[in-house]
Amino acid sequence: MCLAVPGKVVSIDDSADPLTGLIDFGGVQKQACLEYVSDVRVGEYVIVHVGFALQRLDEESALASLQLFEELGLLEEEFGDAWEQASRDAGVAAVTEESRESEAR
Amino acid sequence: MKYIDEFNDPELARRLLDEIRATATRPWALMEVCGGQTHSIIRHGIDQLLPEQVELIHGPGCPVCVTPLEVIDKALEIAARPGVIFCSFGDMLRVPGTDRDLFRVKGEGGDVRVVYSPLDALELARRNPDREVVFFAIGFETTAPANAMAVHQARRLGLTNFSLLVSHVRVPPAVEAIMTAPECRVQGFLAAGHVCSVMGTGEYPELAERFRVPLVVTGFEPLDILEGIRRAVRQLERGEHRVENAYARAVRADGNPAAVRMIEEVFEVTDRNWRGIGRIPLSGWRLTEAFRAYDAEHRFDVTGIRTEEPAECRAGEVLQGLIKPTECAAFGTTCTPRTPLGATMVSSEGACAAYYLYRRMNAATPQAAREEMNPVA
Ligand code: SF4
Repeated sequence: MCLAVPGKVVSIDDSADPLTGLIDFGGVQKQACLEYVSDVRVGEYVIVHVGFALQRLDEESALASLQLFEELGLLEEEFGDAWEQASRDAGVAAVTEESRESEAR
Repeated sequence: MKYIDEFNDPELARRLLDEIRATATRPWALMEVCGGQTHSIIRHGIDQLLPEQVELIHGPGCPVCVTPLEVIDKALEIAARPGVIFCSFGDMLRVPGTDRDLFRVKGEGGDVRVVYSPLDALELARRNPDREVVFFAIGFETTAPANAMAVHQARRLGLTNFSLLVSHVRVPPAVEAIMTAPECRVQGFLAAGHVCSVMGTGEYPELAERFRVPLVVTGFEPLDILEGIRRAVRQLERGEHRVENAYARAVRADGNPAAVRMIEEVFEVTDRNWRGIGRIPLSGWRLTEAFRAYDAEHRFDVTGIRTEEPAECRAGEVLQGLIKPTECAAFGTTCTPRTPLGATMVSSEGACAAYYLYRRMNAATPQAAREEMNPVA
């Protein structure tokens, strides 16, 4: 959770409160709160931590970081299924969000 | 050089290492405060690539690891209650409480959800007005703006079924605690980059001056860490002790003022226990009086918690940099990621987990270690 991942601002929803935008992290897209970088524009890069953009970043270093994160499997770690990971670490059959929800149904 | 080819710019890595080697004439001990940096250092073998005069001591910068046991036990107790949706970051799932973890609580029927952002927990509260939604708000300064925004929004929206179980910690008081400990060997710090992305560097000159230590704000990627080390060693060799920013691409001197304003609106400084370390004065944040209604500790009456740490776990010493994980007798024997005795064996930022993954004698490569840990079914 300490990871902060650089991503590109794809779109901004000005009507959202707090200000929200869609961020692309090397293919994975997620919504993030842009309230703390409120003058950011589409196409710029930001560092995102737990769904919040914390600072701007220049394109060159953002792309270099993203490539490294991708190679190291860090993007998977950050955006992957935490239940699956925890199940594997615990050495038990995977409990995923989906299996839990289908149980509930 | 077994690791260096894995760096994104091996040539630059080599140059930085050569420079560190040429600069270091005496033994120096540097502490990296952040668990993300610890992970990166062990994963890329940076400590083994450095000249032997330069030692890296791993600090207490893993928020999951330092969350006190009594708070974990409280979380487990609340999460097990009917009517509660307990939301947490994924890394908390397997952090051992006194006799179970969140993963177990869910297996026993508790409604535990993993969220990516605290705003996801807020959304759950909106969609489930008849349930109590509790978010486990842990973290350092980097995470505080997110958690502060969640509770700020909850108040604005008039949500009455949302609360935070807060265990926030702050880096500068931890630096102070480390430097005033009698057995302290640290001569310089790599300060955590993203903490400073939020807070700026204003809190550090006083610490650099008082303890006469260089504090170099450093990023997380292998090259960032080498650059931080290079600058810290250069200062030490010159007899300097300044705050230097080696992560300027993501850190401004004033940090992110809007984020700091939000933190200050929602949180106030308080004393905090650190797991394995003990009480550090003024080292945490809690919700201010105005937000007390959103404090899970107020909303849920949790009493009768009796915490007990496994006697053989030495995570406290690991977190203070007094021992390396491999010096703990339980490391890799009774304590593994599958059967963790301490939080430092669970979190991806914990030093014991990093050593287990990348440094066991019998694990030939990180890949082999990972496969051994997570056998393909
Ligand atoms: S190896 Fe396990 S028992 Fe030893 S200090 Fe680390 S977490 Fe604790």
